[in-house]
Amino acid sequence: MAKTRKFRIWRGDEQAGDFQDYDVEVETGMVVLDAIHLIQAEQAHDLAVRWNCKAGKCGSCSMEINGKPRLSCMTRMNEYAPDETITVQPMRTFRVIKDLVCDVSWNYEQNKKIAPFKPGPRDADGNYRMKQDDVDRVQEFRKCIECFLCQDVCHVLRDHEQKEKFVGPRFMIRLAGLEMHPLDTADRIPKIKEEFGVGMCNITRCCTEVCPEHIGITDNGIIPLKERVVDRYYDPLRILWRKLTGKT
Amino acid sequence: MSDATTYAVGGHREGFAATLREDNWWIGPVLTLVGLLAFVIYATWAAFAGNHYYTAPYLSPFYSPVVFTYTTAPGAAPLAHSWFGAWPAWWPAFLPASPALFILPFPGVFRFTCYYYRKAYYRAFSGTPPACAVGALPQKSYKGETAWMVFQNLHRYALYFALLFIAFLTYDAFISFFKDGKFGVGVGSIVLTLNVVFLTCFTCGCHAFRHLIGGKLDCFTCDAGSARRHGAWKRVSLLNARHMVWAWVSLFWVGFSDLYVRLVSLGIIKDLNTWN
Ligand code: SF4
Ligand code: SF4
Ligand code: FES
Ligand code: FES
Repeated sequence: MAKTRKFRIWRGDEQAGDFQDYDVEVETGMVVLDAIHLIQAEQAHDLAVRWNCKAGKCGSCSMEINGKPRLSCMTRMNEYAPDETITVQPMRTFRVIKDLVCDVSWNYEQNKKIAPFKPGPRDADGNYRMKQDDVDRVQEFRKCIECFLCQDVCHVLRDHEQKEKFVGPRFMIRLAGLEMHPLDTADRIPKIKEEFGVGMCNITRCCTEVCPEHIGITDNGIIPLKERVVDRYYDPLRILWRKLTGKT
Repeated sequence: MSDATTYAVGGHREGFAATLREDNWWIGPVLTLVGLLAFVIYATWAAFAGNHYYTAPYLSPFYSPVVFTYTTAPGAAPLAHSWFGAWPAWWPAFLPASPALFILPFPGVFRFTCYYYRKAYYRAFSGTPPACAVGALPQKSYKGETAWMVFQNLHRYALYFALLFIAFLTYDAFISFFKDGKFGVGVGSIVLTLNVVFLTCFTCGCHAFRHLIGGKLDCFTCDAGSARRHGAWKRVSLLNARHMVWAWVSLFWVGFSDLYVRLVSLGIIKDLNTWN
């Protein structure tokens, strides 16, 4: 059964913009992205919105809905009261291109800074081998769909605008997946401490709260990296031990 | 609604606690603030009181182990319970003669540097941020846990002491089942035993413990030692996933344990037990 629902969508570009109100007939089972598409089809043909899979897997449709960073294709209309006005905005942390579409290229720049997977020598039969117990831990980080909602919500980037000093949670988990990989031989710990800025994160866990893939970004990724940095740079006994024995 | 001074490009509200979130995001930080403040106020008062922390066979966890005892204080531990005997003459006169003052800094630092409590007080006390997608307290140059906050990186040393304190409290819980050499059970014995259980669940779910016990390994399956540590890591991970819950349960219960011993010692409540 169709019902009229109220939307307030931010329209504008990098310079300026404004919220505009739309009423739209919403059918049972619709998600916020469906409603936006209806508005685009019927009332605002030039409304810019990025999307692709409509299945929560491509990470394109990130935006802020009633103030919360969400995937619009995974946000069902029945989460909101029938008389509630739904406010839709682009992500805050990135430059707006138009309406709901942001320029997320800063993230790709961060990704390039990370030393890629560097496996050691192959086994005698020419294969690489890794057991399931080791796969299990790093697999979690591979679920990332690069929606960048975690980057958007992270207050270090969002409010304090420290993009120079912190690569953000998405890349912390990429680093965690590489550092914990049993076949990888590269050492990224010095960069994780300095250039990538793990110390900027104050583990307030907003990245974990918004991640649509439910990745334990803070507990399973960032905190273990912080502890590895402690091993190398802050633990006085361990530093002394390394000095005395030459062992790591 | 479109006033450029209150809305930035994108329509986001600017400033501390500003948000377009419509849920009750402030409940979490307010409850945290109230809960932590209540505990800190009670614990400080109880630590400075220096009395009514012992009533045979129960010792308040705030006062364990008893390093020195000031036996003339009401409800103080007897000399036999004190590690180093009577109250020392060198103790500065402006501080109360309370053995808790030797003890509480250790669990205090452990909790202060705990990865969960850090989240809790950064949100509730320093507004960085108060809640997700809610304006953080503006700062000229935010430094996170770098600069003077690097001390947080020594949390594992506080953990070593916390593990030691579990041993002390386990001993206290054990002897709380013996009054004048006679085995028995009292409500106090159960309170002190639960205290150790909750504190163990909190301490063994510690992120630093999880790292040290096995998380630091890159390969869980490369030899027998790493496989054993992987097993331990998995068990610690189970507790770690509920670290916040154990943090609150153990915090409440340790305060309650002190209060219980105090009220029994004061004669305000009677301990139900098998001895009387
Ligand atoms: S936990 Fe760290 S990385 Fe995640 S949102 Fe908070 S500050 Fe950012
Ligand atoms: S970690 Fe989660 S929130 Fe962050 S980009 Fe990946 S899927 Fe999105
Ligand atoms: S459209 Fe692909 S995640 Fe939403
Ligand atoms: S992380 Fe909470 S006690 Fe160590």
